[in-house]
Order: sequence, then structure tokens, then C-alpha cells
Amino acid sequence: MLSPLVERSWHVNGTLATVAFAADARLLDVLRDTLAMTGAKEGCGEGECGACSVVVDGELRVSCLQLAAALPDGTTITTAEGVVHSTTGERLRRMMLDRGGVQCGFCTPGMMVAAWWYLETKPPIDARTALAGNLCRCTGYQNIVRAVCRAAELRREGEDSADSTETGTTTDTGEASEVTS
Amino acid sequence: MSTRTVGSPVQRREDPRLVRGEGRYLDDLGEGALAAAFVRSPHAHARITDIDVEGALDVEGVVAVWTWEDLCDVGEAAEPLPMLLPHPSIEHPVTGYALAKEAVLHVGEAVAMVVATDRYIAEDACARVRVGYDVLPALVGVAAARAADQLVHEQAPGNRGAYLEQHIGNAAGAIAAAPHTLDLDLDIERSACMPMEGKGVLARWDPEEHRLRVHSSTQTSTGLRAVLGAKLGLPLSSVEVVVPDVGGGFGVKINHPWPEELAVAAAAMRLHAQVKWVEDRREHFISSAHERQQLQHVRVGFDDDGRVLGLEVELWHDHGAYMPYGVIVPLNTSTHIIGPYRIRDFSVTFTSLYTNTVIVTPYRGAGRPQAAYLMERTMDAIARALRLDRAAVRAANFIQPDEFPWDLGLVLQDGRMGIYDSGDFPASLDKLKTLVGWDDFEAYRQQARAEGRRVGIGMGCYVEGTGAGPYEGGHIEVETNGRINVATGLTTQGQGHETVFAQIVADELGVRVEDVHVTTGDTRRMGYSVGTWGSRGAVMSGNALLLTARRVKERALRIAAEALEANVDDLEIEDGIVRVKGAPDAQIPLPMVAVLSNPLRYAFDETARAATQFGGKVDETKPPIADAEHPGLEGSEFFSPVRTTFANGMHAAIVETDPATADIRILRYCVVHDCGPMLNPMVVEGQVHGGVAQGVGGALYERLAYDSDGQLLNASFMDFLMPFATEVPHIETDHLETPSPLNPLGIKGAGEAGTIPTSAAIAAAIEDAEGFPITRMPISPAQLWELRAEHAAHDKES
Repeated sequence: MLSPLVERSWHVNGTLATVAFAADARLLDVLRDTLAMTGAKEGCGEGECGACSVVVDGELRVSCLQLAAALPDGTTITTAEGVVHSTTGERLRRMMLDRGGVQCGFCTPGMMVAAWWYLETKPPIDARTALAGNLCRCTGYQNIVRAVCRAAELRREGEDSADSTETGTTTDTGEASEVTS
Repeated sequence: MSTRTVGSPVQRREDPRLVRGEGRYLDDLGEGALAAAFVRSPHAHARITDIDVEGALDVEGVVAVWTWEDLCDVGEAAEPLPMLLPHPSIEHPVTGYALAKEAVLHVGEAVAMVVATDRYIAEDACARVRVGYDVLPALVGVAAARAADQLVHEQAPGNRGAYLEQHIGNAAGAIAAAPHTLDLDLDIERSACMPMEGKGVLARWDPEEHRLRVHSSTQTSTGLRAVLGAKLGLPLSSVEVVVPDVGGGFGVKINHPWPEELAVAAAAMRLHAQVKWVEDRREHFISSAHERQQLQHVRVGFDDDGRVLGLEVELWHDHGAYMPYGVIVPLNTSTHIIGPYRIRDFSVTFTSLYTNTVIVTPYRGAGRPQAAYLMERTMDAIARALRLDRAAVRAANFIQPDEFPWDLGLVLQDGRMGIYDSGDFPASLDKLKTLVGWDDFEAYRQQARAEGRRVGIGMGCYVEGTGAGPYEGGHIEVETNGRINVATGLTTQGQGHETVFAQIVADELGVRVEDVHVTTGDTRRMGYSVGTWGSRGAVMSGNALLLTARRVKERALRIAAEALEANVDDLEIEDGIVRVKGAPDAQIPLPMVAVLSNPLRYAFDETARAATQFGGKVDETKPPIADAEHPGLEGSEFFSPVRTTFANGMHAAIVETDPATADIRILRYCVVHDCGPMLNPMVVEGQVHGGVAQGVGGALYERLAYDSDGQLLNASFMDFLMPFATEVPHIETDHLETPSPLNPLGIKGAGEAGTIPTSAAIAAAIEDAEGFPITRMPISPAQLWELRAEHAAHDKES
């Protein structure tokens, strides 16, 4: 029952990695077991929770449903471990800490990847919609959404220093606008 | 003094790791471990006729295939799993086995275990285990369990596992004499904790040291250790349980041992290997635990102002196929119904019933959401009957601030009397009404109506027993390099313990938060603990660590006083330096105090020289270590409160229901919360947000849809409808901080609060929008649409 091995060379978080893995392996398992990058988590294994989110050639994907062997040589993959090395990712990281966007942390790497993809590609949707492929059972999403909205503001402003005095219990205008009456 | 951190939204110390994907959860551990997978029952009720494992054993990479008989060789692993919480109400306690013995009682019950070189192979081999079943009729739901046309367990007539009555005053008499009475039938369906990380266990047997090390995502390290020692026939000194990062718990990980925890540990012992099992999502749905399902009957008598004169309640609780966790859930429901109200004539009964479904153990709130739902639906029904403002009816019933302590007259889950210790319900209600704009809502409703929109407002109040005993402990050790090691035994699933406990210790000891390193849930560091459940972490371990820090500080000051030739009362510690108040030159750093605390023979480094025999002056009249002292700047204390402390809160929801489609949208959600002084407001707010989100899921989306054969039809995230960011509303919060007199920090628990009144508040808001009673939760747009049709037909007839 052992599957034959295949070999691929991918750009993973900016580094060329050549990996050998079973032909039936999921990208999630190759990342976690072969590349020892355990940031991506398996929350469901069915593509429903987003905890294993990665960006593959600019597209946000769930790595549990991605057959690893189907990704050709030269594929570019960004995981949670790589996100924080970009300017956008670093802003996100700081805002997640500042706004209290992390509780158990299990969904966090997937959230970071999805939020990073949202901030980098700027699709015409709001932050909550951008995160609607990622389940979180701890935070009620509010502080994650605030972190992402604030990181987006900082990106627009192009500088980060203005935020240093804000504490974790303030409400961002982006969120306050949801209040209706 | 150093700047106090308690009370501030200090950034969480665990986050820099977690946000980079560097968390170490169960499945991130155990490189090279063998993988276990389980063959599970496809039937809700069947006798096992035979099990053929030969086909699985032939698979390359399979190491072992175990059934119940294989457990017979390992201690008492083949005996029934323990009844963890004995209670006088339990008539027929039945628990399952690690692997099914002769019968299966629910879909998903573990029947056989395959251990292989990797999970892919183990799963494939599971498919080759042939199990013969003699299928029996399944029993699903409270109504069928009550009818008892068939039995889940022959030894439990009427499918009754437990029955309890509690009374205060004379409810029947008070209701008979009341000017108004009402009867209500209420219904709550199942939901489940659904942490993002399922359960998991990694067991390593060290044959040379004859020692078992178990990593588990359990909510109780010491509980799991004790039960593994007992079941595997190992001395406690040979069993270690370590809890790594855990991806959420919410109650489901408190039951122990889970069948897989015992089977995997037994396999590691027998195979002299490390064996890992990580639960997949379908397994979590069909073989962990659910909660919430109850049928409720209420009879209430009240006066013209809506004051409750007497209240009689009957509860029928579905606890699934087994009851390893006893009656905690229905017991909590029965003792939390009274809430913030002055009710002196009250009776409650519950009947806990077996069904052929997944077991029921606590899920965040643990029976309290059902209690709040019952009482708050009753308050709204009274207001409707009398055409009174719903907030005014509640206010008329409130226990007043000068009436604390308020003796509830009921025995709680900890075996002790429930006595409310603190709170100010009128003040909380005022805050909530202001926050949500309760008195201005009619104007908003009229405006919305003019736009063709249908809106409603509702509220839900609760009082919550938190911080139950029996105890938790702390251990603090100051290393000679200045590092402060802190341990407490209870476990962490995302509550920020590493941060909040560090804040408490740093403030008390006069050191920087960054120098404090907290370990939780590791029996190597703390062998005595109870566990994480019931909103008790901060109350129990927080206070234990405060007491421990005080003890260590006293010791540090005694040693420093001697070194500085000063009076202890003249010393203070600031930023890790002990100094004489008003004499800045007379000081000694805490790390040096740690050096001096441990008289040395051997100087392991330069600083250690000071503690050796010729390192300083010697007082020939005293031994190197004084009486009642011990070497090392460290100490341990336990906190054991006389009884539970009670937190409370009030929620309000504004909803919009679509006149055409019956879609339900929450426009605003407001929370006023009183857990006493907040140690870290950011952490408390996060707990409230997360609790409300689970409450919203339970009110509008989540249910566990069993068919009549006992098959769970929606065992996936896709069909369970756990809310995403697009479903959970923005949550507005305000806090009242009435301190508890029962512990030195004055705090009350906060973990479950957000979940408790959510279904009640949302049901009330939908009822207010629609104009007819909502008695069954959760409610979907389809169900609301059907209710509209029923009421329209009824209105036409009448």
C-alpha cells in the first residue's frame, strides 16, 4: 500500500526546497512532516476550516485538499512561517498581539495567511468576508478583524509609529461602523 | 514600587510564538512515533458478534491491531472507564470501555485500534478490520428516552441514569396562591464544543526507566495521570502527563481518560514504543462529546408587578450513551435557574436519560445556558402576560446589592451550598439599558417599520457559579540568574494563563513580567491540581500564585534583611532589586538573594562564590539554614476557598428578521459583565467575545442532527454551521467590577460568561420582532418561516 515517491522543487517562503514525498501525500503533510513546517494545522482535513491555509502561486488555498504531487517544480508557496517576514506580515503580527487577536492560537497561522493574502492582493471585500474561510472557536473574530483592519490602515498610511499609543481595548472605526442604531 | 500590571491590557506572552506558527500542539510533537487509528462503530446500537483483524495485520507497516481482549493483558485497562463524578442522584451509572467489549451504544464508539508506522497506513488497515454486528433498534432524543419503549441499557429501567429533586420554600403552595400563573414548555437542541484542535495523545514508554510519559490535549493533567496509573497498574511515580499547546477545549477535553488516551498509553507500554493518535474532525463529531439538549417544563406564579412568587421546574436531560462525567450538566442547570432573582419558593427536578448518541459532558457554560434560557424565557413570558416592560419585570425581581451574601438554598456541583457573594444587578441593568439604548428602542422600531423592516430587542441575565474548588496550587522559584519559574497544575487551552499568571506574580514579587516564565499542566512541575473547567483558572491558580508570591517575597526579604543588616519592614522590591526604603544605596538584586538562599559547598560560577563557606561572614551560633527554612528561593502554596464565587452579567441583542425570507440578522449585541476586578481587560474581553460567538452559534446555527437510526447527519464543519467572521456580530461590552470577598484578588470567573445568556437574549429579540413566542432553540430561518406560517394559520382560524 505504500505509494511511490515523487520529487519536486518549490520556492517555499522564498527558499528553494527540493522535497521527496509519497505520490498520494497532501500538501499539508509534506509541509508539516517533510519540511518540518508545522505552522499549517489540520482542523478538519476537509477544506472547511482554513487552519491549513497557504498561498500557492498567489492564490489562497487549503493545503489539506491540495495534492502535493500536483504542484509542479517552480511553484511558489507561502506559509504562516513566511508571512511574518514581509512588511505586511510584520504589521499584521504586531496588530494581532496588540488587539488580542490570538487565544488558543490553533487557527492563527491560517488566519495570518488569509489576512496577509487579503492585505497583499486587496480584493474588493471587507475584512470579515476576507476571513470567511477561516474558522476560529476562541476569539469571536472581533479582535482578529480589528487587527486586520488596523494593519490595513497602517498599510495605507505607510507608517506604523502612530499606533504605538493605542491599547488593546479600543475600537477601530472600521468595526464601529457595523453598529446600526 | 514597580508599575502594577494587574488591571492592564498587557500583551499576551504566548502570542509571539503562536502568531508565527511556532506553537507546539499535540500533532507537532512525536516525530517518528507510531500512529494509531480507530475502527469505530457504524451502528448506534448493536451487539458485536465477532471481530476479524487478520486482513489488517497483513498490511505492510501495521504493527498491532487491538480489540478489547488485548486490553485484558494490561493492568485494568479492560475494565469499564471510571465514573468520574459520583453523585447521590445517580441511579444507574454506566460507562463505556476503551475498546467496545460486547456491544456498541452509539455511532463512533471505538471497537478496535490499529497501530502502524504512519497514519495513512493505519487508516487503510482500519478498513480491513471486519466487525460482525447484530444490529438493534436505536433510541434517539429525550422524548423517546422518556417513553422508554426500548432500553439503552438493560440495567437502567426507564432509561433513567439519574434523578434529583431540590426544593426551597413551598413552590406549589406559592403558585396556588399567586394571582397569575403560566406554564411553559421549552426545548434546547444539542451543540458541541468544537475546539479547532481535536483531542490527541502521544504516549512514550521508556523501557529502561520503566516510565510512561504522556502528552495529551487534556484539560486535567493530574486527573489523567491518576487514572492512567490506576488503569495501567503503574505507580504514580512512573507516569508523567504533559499538556502542550492546546487548540481550544471548552469542556470536551476535561473527561478522562478518553478511550483513546487509555488505549494508546497501553499500546505504548506493551509495544515499548511511542504511539500517537490525533483525532480527526469526523471522529470529534461522532466520538467525543456533545451538550445542551434538554426539555424543560416551567410553572410559575407571579403578582401584578411580575414578581415571581413560586417557580416549579422539571428538566429532562439527554446525556447520551454513557455518563462518565456524572450529572454535572443537569445539576448546574437546576442550580442556576434562579439567576439574579429573589425567588424563595422554588422546586426543580431533573431526569437524566440514556440515548444511543454521543455522550454529553460539559460544554462552555455546562448546563448554565439552559438555566438562563429557562428563566429568561419565563421572565419574558411574565412581561408579555402582564403587558409590562421586560426590563422592569426583571428589575422588580432582582436581589438587591445590600442583600449579599444571598443564600440560594441549593447544593451546587461542588457539594457545597450556593451563596451569592457579590454583584449589583440594578447597576448592571442600568449599564446594559444605557449601552443598548433600551428605552429608545421603540423609536428605532417605528423608524425601521416605516422602512419595511422588522426589528426586535431582547435581553438575558444570568448569575454563574465560578471558581469552584477544591483547590489549586502554585510553585515559584527564583533562579540565581534572575529567571522566575512559575508552575501551576491546571491546564491552558488559550486563556492567556502564561500572561495573566505572570502579571500576578510580577506585581506581588516586584519583578518584570518578562522575567516570569509560567508552566501549566505539567505533572513534572506540579503534581497536585484539579484542572481547567468551570471558569476557575484565574480564581483558583491566580490566587494560589498570589499566595505563593507572597510567601517567596517574605523569604526574599528575610534573606535580604540579613545581608543588608536592615529591618525586614524597611525593605521593598522594585524591578527585581531589594532596597531599603529611602536609602537607595542599600540594595541587593533578587538574583543575589537567590544565591544567598542556598548555602553552597561548591561555587559553580562567580556569583555562587558568595554562597560558599568562605563567601561571607559566618554566624557561628546558627546553622547555615535556619529552622523552618529550606534551601533555594522558592516556595509553594495552595488556595482552597470555602465556596464558589458568583459572577454575573446581562446581554442584550437587537435582531432584524427578513419579512420575506425569515433570515435572522443580529444588528447589535451588547454585554455587561461582572467578574470582579479584571486582571487583564484584553483577555477578559476576548473571553466574552468568544463566549458570545459560541452562544450565537448555538442560538442560530449549530445543532447535531441525528436521524432515527442514530446516525449523525451533519458530522462536518460544512453541515454543523459553526459561525465564521461573517456570522458573528460586533460585540459591545461594558463592565461592572464588584469584588468577591472570597479570595485575595477579589476576582470571579470569566471563561464561560459570554455563552450563558446568548440563546435567551436572541430568542427574546426574535420573539419581540415577530410577536409570537419562541420556545425552541436554536432557530433557523426555515424554522422561523414555519412558525410564521403556523401563527398566521392560527390567527386566521381565531
